[in-house]
Formats: sequence, structure tokens, C-alpha cells
Amino acid sequence: MKRHDILVVGGGMAGLRAAIEASQSADTALLTRLHPVRAHSGAAQGGINAPLANAEGGKNDTPEMHAYDTVKGSDFLADQDAVELMCQEAAPCVYELEHWGTPFSRLPDGRIAQRPFGGAGFPRTCYAADVTGHVILITMHGELLRRGVTTYEEWQVTRLVIEGGRCQGVIALHVPSGELEAFAARAVIFATGGAGRLYSRSTNALHSTGGALGVAYAAGIGIKDMEFVQFHPTTIIGTNILMSEACRGEGGYLVNRLGERFMQRYAPKAMELAPRDIVSRSIQTEIDEGRGFEGGFVHLDLRHLGKAKIMERLPGIRDICQHFLGIDPIDTPIPIQPGQHYAMGGIDTDNDGASEIPGFYAAGEVACVSVHGANRLGGNSLLETVVFGKRAGAAAAQHVKTAGAGVDIPAMERALAEERGRLQAFLNSSGPENPAGLRDELQRTMTDQVGIFRSREGLEAAVRKIAELKQRAARINIMFKEWRFNLDLVNHSELPLMIELAEVVAQGALRREESRGSHSRRDFPKRDDDRFLWHTVAHRGREGPVFARKPVRITKWKPEERKY
Amino acid sequence: METGGAEVLKGAVDMADAGTMRLRIQRFDPSKEAVPHFQTFEVPRRPGLTVLDGLFYILERLDGSLAFRYSCRSAICGSCAMTINGAPRLACQTLVEGLGRGEIAVKPLPHLTVERDLAVDLRPFFAAYERIRPYLLATSAAPAKERLQGPAERRAIDEMTMCILCASCYASCQVVWTSEEYLGPQALLMANRFVQDSRDGAKEERLDHLANEEGIWRCHTMFNCVVACPKNLNPTWSIQQLKRRAAKRRLTGRS
Repeated sequence: MKRHDILVVGGGMAGLRAAIEASQSADTALLTRLHPVRAHSGAAQGGINAPLANAEGGKNDTPEMHAYDTVKGSDFLADQDAVELMCQEAAPCVYELEHWGTPFSRLPDGRIAQRPFGGAGFPRTCYAADVTGHVILITMHGELLRRGVTTYEEWQVTRLVIEGGRCQGVIALHVPSGELEAFAARAVIFATGGAGRLYSRSTNALHSTGGALGVAYAAGIGIKDMEFVQFHPTTIIGTNILMSEACRGEGGYLVNRLGERFMQRYAPKAMELAPRDIVSRSIQTEIDEGRGFEGGFVHLDLRHLGKAKIMERLPGIRDICQHFLGIDPIDTPIPIQPGQHYAMGGIDTDNDGASEIPGFYAAGEVACVSVHGANRLGGNSLLETVVFGKRAGAAAAQHVKTAGAGVDIPAMERALAEERGRLQAFLNSSGPENPAGLRDELQRTMTDQVGIFRSREGLEAAVRKIAELKQRAARINIMFKEWRFNLDLVNHSELPLMIELAEVVAQGALRREESRGSHSRRDFPKRDDDRFLWHTVAHRGREGPVFARKPVRITKWKPEERKY
Repeated sequence: METGGAEVLKGAVDMADAGTMRLRIQRFDPSKEAVPHFQTFEVPRRPGLTVLDGLFYILERLDGSLAFRYSCRSAICGSCAMTINGAPRLACQTLVEGLGRGEIAVKPLPHLTVERDLAVDLRPFFAAYERIRPYLLATSAAPAKERLQGPAERRAIDEMTMCILCASCYASCQVVWTSEEYLGPQALLMANRFVQDSRDGAKEERLDHLANEEGIWRCHTMFNCVVACPKNLNPTWSIQQLKRRAAKRRLTGRS
């Protein structure tokens, strides 16, 4: 058994930031499914928001303006005290990343460059060309090395142990060796990222399965606002790899088959830089009404930006287009369609990342504070990881100082034995169902019925399909029967968890009879603050999710109609 | 070397020859076998199919024991570098249609110890990376806001910041093959990223650590790293920049 005061699970930006913070005052270890430099934070392209007021045209930016844009972008579902806090801490957190060595792009005077992004009143998005996440991730990993934080690489958490009303640690599987081990900790922070692979069309890494979120849910942790799923407007056809919002921030156009810049119809002022939910719906509407191209896409046209700007600001975009589409965006428009991109929902936490269970924390995409409400603004996810990663790390360190009780070691030993038995039984599975096939069916169902536009009919069909998949998932076959480096075991052991998360998303969407942010019901096209201005919280019950409501914290801004 | 190559495991989808392709994969479980063998799999073709897609088809439909690393599938996480038709490539950005109609040979990266199949032990690679202290060493206290860095100063480190640590260059460097102590092209590229960074305050100290037989002077300028890099980076150029700086420092006392 491994023992630490604090165990951070997840090596992306939120996890790294939490570990850096916690390790300053407590014995901290980082446990990751992948080597930290492989984390999906590294795929973030466009940038990180902070009201530095550096850019020409952004001189009057303030934390308050940033907070207002975020609240409006959230369709008034974000908790406004949390948003204000995030925007207050944004500039110090970005400066800290710079001090650690992040190679941000620069203005001529040497300050951090900022670009316009969707739904933002000012150019507020700090960036490093179009590989912002990559360079921050590598920089933060360097910071982790400098501080010598203990790291357990390539361990997948299979169980969160809660005993006596407190978090006791996790059980995790070392993928290369197949070793199962108990990690006892007085505080555990989950920073395990998103759940994009619930959908067939997603920008997310193949590892963004939501598995760890499912582990927390299975342990009885409440998960919040899961029906709010962000679809990014611009993902390339075929692979759905992300084409950064920076493409539009730098001036790119969205054009339909008729050559129209169709955003004119949907957001005449903001045009291509309306928030993502609005742009995605607009693109989907163009496609659905026959103004898209055959195959279901429209064009993201960068040609007028010119070669120099594309080479300087969007080199990664060009690289992706060349390798994956065989086109050069300098002279060819990019075929794009919306794709799942981000989970606004996640583990229900307070502003310090604390869940309802003492000693269990969450930060980053896996958490729901909520600062994004019903729709996240581009550039706010990286910001959330550092602000709330830091806060969760500090809060966990404080918790281990003040919470008297130590870890219940016998409970951890029992949990390890039980988990070994459970996984062995899973490994022995030899039913008729191919788990990858079930996953494919789940992903298609989510894309088709729980996607950009939703309706009672479609959602009810999805709920029925998910219930069917739940049954069939009990009869799967695992081909490979060894513990060592068994991707068949490791990947497919997450399938039941993914199905349960999908159940929460679909049922939550069915219950929410309104349209708000990313959640768009064809049968209830208006926002309904009287009936639905609250957060959805789901706990795992015997027969499926049990839903409850939680109030939205409103400080300064009364809900108003969202126009762009 | 090659055994067991006769058997071809076919995909469940019944397709004409034109609709399938063959992946010939090096299989190896060092805990059970003395030497690797090859196994050929038949996988349905479709437009845009990548080698990584092919590996997943095998893993999920034909043989669940296949071991490989992957994650982002968009050429940024650096997980899936392997040897494809004799050259190091990222499986996720290697389109099958770009490899012609013949059988595609997939092997792990060279030189590194195989854990199983296409998964190699990257610990020596990351150990070399950690030895160059891949973090900013600033001499002055941090200002209240950002440290200033002009666009030209920023451009000087642009290429090096694009490294995704996939280890293709490291595994392809024949000097790495012959010397366990040699830092290798990736670590030296990243060392140059800090030596060239206008904000770093430990350039002299860094050069002291690099200008020796385990560092820059070991490079034989064979350019294997340049050929190998899936991001078109030039570690040899970085090493030459460091060599020039170290030589100048030796002659003039200043880098």
C-alpha cells in the first residue's frame, strides 16, 4: 500500500497545478493514467483568458467585464461568486505561468499577446500561437520536476474509497505491469479531465472517457449539470480534430455552400465570434436546412488572412489540415462541422474544489464549480484549471492539517481485495457482446439523440437505448485474460461507467424542459428561469440516477436575454 | 527473427481485397519469448484511415492482447511514435492511403526496450530530459506582472517549444544507441530552448552541464533526429547552436 497525505489524480493542467500547490505544505503525490506531458490539456489550442488589458483594443478590460462575459456566456447558470473569483485570480495565475517560463506569444513591447475570442468584450485570450495548452502543460510539468513531486505514471484509478463518511484513497491499476495497488491518502483530488468519448464526434483525446468521473459517481459522489455538453463549432470532418476558436479570433470566416457568411443570420454583431453554443447551432442549422456541403459540413475559410498570419498565429492548425485532410488552409477552405468538445458538468464542488465528502476534491473539467454554467466561453477552461487547481490543492493541504483522523487502513485493504476480485471477474467475462461495439453504439446514440439539438422523443429513445446497453454490458467478452498491459481490460472496464454517465446526461437533458446555453430543446426553445434556473445534481441510486436541484448563486447580474 | 507470419487474422467485415489492407505487426512479450515475431492482420480500409485506427481495429475486433500507447489522436500528445514501414512516425497522423497499397509494417521505436508489442520503455528518454533541468532558472525575482520578452526573443525559442516528447529522435539517434550517458537530441533541443530563452538566468551553468562528452560534443551530426522528427523540428541545429555558444565561451570567456 502506498501512503501520502494528498493524492492528486490526473496529470493535466488542473492536476499539475493542484500538485504544485499541495506539495508546498503537505506530502503530495501525483497519480496519472498517462505520463503528464501526454495529458489532454496539451491539445488546447487557442489560449487562456485573463483581463491583462495588454492588447490594443483591450485597454479597458477588467475582471468585472470578464466575469460579466462569462456569466452571460453561461446563459446565467454559472455561480456568479465563483466566476468573480476566477476572474479576479485570472491575471495573477497567468503571470505565474509566465514566471514559470511559459512561452506566450508577445506584443511588440514584450508583454503577453492577447487575441479576441467568442463572447468576450475585449481581446482577452493570452496565447502561444495555436499550441497554448501544449506549451503550458510542458512548462507546468517542468515546474513539477523542479519541485520533485512524487509521480506515479500510467496508473488508472478503478475505485474511490469512501468509508466512515470520509475519503480514504483510491485503488489503481498500473497498466504496463498489471499491478493493482491501494493508495491511501487523507485527501484525494480528482483532476481527470472530460468525458468527450461518450460521443462519437468529439475533439477529445481517446483517453477522455470520463472513466474517473464515473468512478467518483459510482462511489456516491454527486455530479452536477451533466446535461450541459459543449459542442465546438469547428472540428474537421472525419476525425473531428479541433480547429481552434483562434481561427475565428484571428479573423476566419464561416461560409456555407452558397458562399454566405451565414452568421449574419444568427449573431449579426458578434458574427463568427458569438459564443460556441450559438455558432454550433448556427452551423448545424445551415447543414440541416440544406445549405451545407454534401457530407454534412460547412467551410472555415482562412484564406483572406494570408500566408504570413497563418504561419505565425495558426501553424498547428495548418499542420493538422495538411496531415489529416491533405489540404493547406492558406489556399483551401477547411471542411468543418460541430463536435463534442467539453463537459460543463462534473463533480459537484464548492469554490475550493471540495465535494460533499470530506477529503475528496475535484478541479478542472472533471469538476463543476460552476463557472461555465450552461455554456463555457473559449479560453476559460485553461483558466479554470489553474485557478481551481491551485485552490483545490490549497484546500486539500489545509484539510490534512486540520482534519484529525488518519486513514482507515483496514478499509483500504478490504477495498483492494474487493477490487481485485471485481476486476478478476471482469477479466473472466466471456459473453457474446463486444464491448467496443457497445461503446460505438453508445457514442452514436449520444451524438444522434443527445447532441446539439434535443427533443423529448429523441431523448426518450436515448434513455431506452442506454438502458438496453446497460443490460448488454453485463454480457461482454474480454479477449485477453492477463493483467499486464491489457488495454482490452483497462479500456473496457470503463464501459459500464460510461454508460451510467450517459444515462445521467440523457435523463438530465430530458428533465430540463427549456433551452439554455448548450442545452437546446426543439420542443422547449426558450429559457425558462421560473422553472429551471437551478443546477441539476445526480447521485447514483439503485435503479439509476437520483436527481436533485441546487440553487444558482447570483451576485450582480440578473438573468437577461442573451443577444450577440 | 520472423516466425508465425503465415497466419492472417481477418476482420469480421467481409470485404473485397480492395477494401482491406494488411498490417504486419511486430509482436513481442519479453516475459514469454526470446525474440519478436511478426503477425499480419487484415483490416477494412476507409478514406482517412490512420495506422492508429488500424491498431484499434485489431485491438477491439481481432486480438485484445495488442499493446501500444496512444491518446490525443491529433499529433500533439506524443504517445504513439512507432516504426512504420521502416521510419519513425506518429501512428495517429500516418494515413494508410499515404503508404501505398502494400502491406504496412509496424514495429516499435528502435533501440528502446520493448515492454510488449509496440510499447517501449521510455524511462531512459525521460531521465535524459529531466537531467537538463527543463524549467526556467531565473536569477531575478519575478516582477508583479509578466517578464518582458520581445517578439524576436520569443521567435528564438519558437521551434523548440513545439517538441512533443515523442522520443522519435532519441530512438533514432545512433549515438544514443552506443552511449547510455549521452543526453540525446530531444534533451539537447530542450536544453537549447532554455539557453536561448531571454528570460533564463542560468545559461552559463547550463552550458557547463552540456559542453561535455555526455552532451553536445557527443553529437556526430548524423541528422537522424531531423529525419525522424514528426514535427519537422531540427534538434541538430539546436545542438549546433549550443556547440557554437560553448566554443565561443571557451575562447572568449563569454557565451
